[in-house]
Amino acid sequence: MTSISDENGAGHPLLEATGLTKIFGSLKACDGIDLTIGTGEIHALLGENGAGKSTLVKMLFGALQPTSGEIGWKGKAVAVANPAMARSLGIGMVFQHFSLFDALTAAENIALSLDEKTDLNTIAAKARDIGRTYGLPVDPDALVGDLSVGERQRIEIIRCLLQNPDLIILDEPTSVLTPQEADLLFVTLERLKSEGKSILYISHRLEEVRRLCDRATVLRHGKVVGQCDPRQETAGSLARMMVGSDIHVIERRPNAAPATQSALIEVNGLSQKPRGPFSVSLHDIRLAVNPGEILGIAGVAGNGQGELFEAISGEVLQERPDIVRIRGRDTGRSGISARRRLGAAFVPEERLGHGAVPNMSLTDNLLLSRYATDGKVFLGGGLLRLLQQSSLALAAKRIVAQMDVRKSAENPDASALSGGNLQKFLIGRELDRNPAVLVVNQPTWGVDAGAAAHIRQALVDLARSGSAVIVISQDLDELFEISDRIAAMVHGRLSQSVPIEAMNMERVGLMMGGADTASAHASTGAA
Amino acid sequence: MRVELVRRQQHSALFSALSPFIALFLTLIAGAILFALLGKNPVSALYSYFVEPLTEIWSWHELLVKAAPLILIAVGLSVCFLSNNWNIGAEGQLIMGGIAGSILPVVFPDFQGWYVLPMMLLLGMAGGMAYATIPAFLKVRFNTNEILTSLMLVYVAQLFLDWIVRGPWRNPQGFNFPETVQFNSSAILPEIWASSGRAHWGFVLAIVAALLVWFMLSRTLNGFEIKVLGRSARAGRFAGFSAGRLTFFAFLVSGALAGLAGIAEVSGAVGQLRTTISPGYGFTAIIVAFLGRLNPLGIVAAGLVLALSYLGGEAAQVSLGISEKSARIFQGIILFFVLASDTLIYYRIRFVTRHSDAAAKGA
Repeated sequence: MTSISDENGAGHPLLEATGLTKIFGSLKACDGIDLTIGTGEIHALLGENGAGKSTLVKMLFGALQPTSGEIGWKGKAVAVANPAMARSLGIGMVFQHFSLFDALTAAENIALSLDEKTDLNTIAAKARDIGRTYGLPVDPDALVGDLSVGERQRIEIIRCLLQNPDLIILDEPTSVLTPQEADLLFVTLERLKSEGKSILYISHRLEEVRRLCDRATVLRHGKVVGQCDPRQETAGSLARMMVGSDIHVIERRPNAAPATQSALIEVNGLSQKPRGPFSVSLHDIRLAVNPGEILGIAGVAGNGQGELFEAISGEVLQERPDIVRIRGRDTGRSGISARRRLGAAFVPEERLGHGAVPNMSLTDNLLLSRYATDGKVFLGGGLLRLLQQSSLALAAKRIVAQMDVRKSAENPDASALSGGNLQKFLIGRELDRNPAVLVVNQPTWGVDAGAAAHIRQALVDLARSGSAVIVISQDLDELFEISDRIAAMVHGRLSQSVPIEAMNMERVGLMMGGADTASAHASTGAA
Repeated sequence: MRVELVRRQQHSALFSALSPFIALFLTLIAGAILFALLGKNPVSALYSYFVEPLTEIWSWHELLVKAAPLILIAVGLSVCFLSNNWNIGAEGQLIMGGIAGSILPVVFPDFQGWYVLPMMLLLGMAGGMAYATIPAFLKVRFNTNEILTSLMLVYVAQLFLDWIVRGPWRNPQGFNFPETVQFNSSAILPEIWASSGRAHWGFVLAIVAALLVWFMLSRTLNGFEIKVLGRSARAGRFAGFSAGRLTFFAFLVSGALAGLAGIAEVSGAVGQLRTTISPGYGFTAIIVAFLGRLNPLGIVAAGLVLALSYLGGEAAQVSLGISEKSARIFQGIILFFVLASDTLIYYRIRFVTRHSDAAAKGA
């Protein structure tokens, strides 16, 4: 790309997009978006899920072609045909979901992404170099499978920096980090900025954006609805811009249920060997949740949260019946349907392929978790167990209205809904039963602010109506917002829970890093 | 120019319905090319293959005779394939059903009465079920690949049939031919309209089976379970469905229907047990199942189409002088195009010209 040798000539902004539009069928995902990013600027891109952030970024990175509109790069109009071309222009991107191979080393993973062939030792040396300069320590010879999520992200960032980009696009970079890891990342970003590199920072964490970014562009329904200096705004005013109305503040009435009542759900000494090569073992997990209470379980992904969820839900059975007790009954040897019949409900982390079948309709997916408990309504014909489509449609309609699920067709496939809307439906599916116990894994992962607030309020309301709720989440703000007690998971162990009044970010960060477990574990038992 | 497959946002209902027809059309074209290469006139060859067999009433009967086992087996296979259980051994289950159902007329020829035939059909189903249990058990208990075990068991069944009709069950008055005694009249599945041709009640059984399975798949929780576990095992486990139990269920249903096809063929079309009771119905039924889009009602239509390919093969042998094995070729081509056309349901084709590529790069 010799044509753009005149670096940043004549005071042009680094990137200037005008009237970018992308139409999918009848949907305008992006509608005439203008965006300018200056040199040495950290620019935030804010917006709810489905606001068009991903589409916009994919167009800038060459993964999608705009229907109309122009991208100006250093003062020249360019058509970014593909990501390879974006990289050669000087645009790098770090995706939210890492694309690394567990069985390869860090250096080998980096080599795979380079357009030219470079020898591995050179890459390793360069990676060490960049790591030192920007505070991204990573051992290039380490197997990715052995690294923490934070370290994996560093590999992605180093891989991006090796291309020497002028603009780095980061998609929700802190969603997988502990607060301490996030702080390290911010130091790196500040250093990059001081070198004159520009960063486009996509996030829904408004506090972060206020702390880090120089300017923000806010998208809503595919259009730019505002530009601002986030430091002059409050989290509330930013959220208002994103959603277009006031964000609902979670109401937390004090827990009315008497504390003397016995726990609705208990886990007593759950230990479990790893079930596969990428599975985590669980060690002597104990917890108990009383009526009216929300227990938050913090932790970086991959520390056994998924395994804990499947053990409590009954997708995986325990060795002894008394390991999991629901409403005073031993259920460790009973399957998920039996646990549901006792009044428990579950919402797994993965929406498509676990909580829902992607290519099945909403009513079918409603039946998926409800046939065992609501057979009287949804099944007829005695032993034939005929599906009652009309009552399913009615219940689906009720849930859609209750949870404000937006959909394009009467009864679309689960995969046709956006992540946030599907999650609202899946949580609504369980709330509709008014469960005595609800276990949710990552309730608002990848869900927009408006929907997330709706979901959190629903969880709080359920607890206050006398149910026991367990929320497993990586989102600490969320846990602080709704939990009554917080515990943390690390390496398959669960720390003792700490009441929310005695909890702060630093302490939970230490617990997530495992520093607090030893002391907490010694006094486990009361929970 | 380059051809790209681009994933559709949502699967195409249009191509979902159209794909079997596209496949059949492409099969005809490929067949025409094949005949041309063999030095035959493609038009008249295709005519004698696919049209001529339908010009006489008796050959319509033959069509139903051949369609009956194909539909019966394919309907059972649809339950297997929808639930992600790849039963490739229906041919063996058919043979075992034929053998088990023949116990009464061969071993107890004096045992006669109206109740013999129903008992034979039940025995045939039981034989197919028992044989299908083996790969199901191996899969659930030892996590073996059911494709391999069920396929290998076909050869075991074929050799067992060979042994039993040449050995213990051989007709003593049969001049050493490898066949059992002719069944007595109470052990024969009767013709539907005896005056006009050979079509027997096996075809009616096939239609009934198709309707029952269609009802189960589309209306009952059982059918829902089959579809859920077939599409996402993890979501199925979350729903509380047991994959192991369903594996047994699917293999038992398809084994029973293949066994029924076997005994219906033996007691309806043949009238005795021979080494050659099936021209590969159990394998051709796999094609029928996919051409029918794993929908029992579609399978009825697809079964008739594939039955026609058998008749066409026989007709081509007579009128064109080419081997009746050409039927196998046609069946293979159909399966190939069916699977290929299914791509269009989930992907659309995009032609990328050098020109548009260059325009994008040059900017």
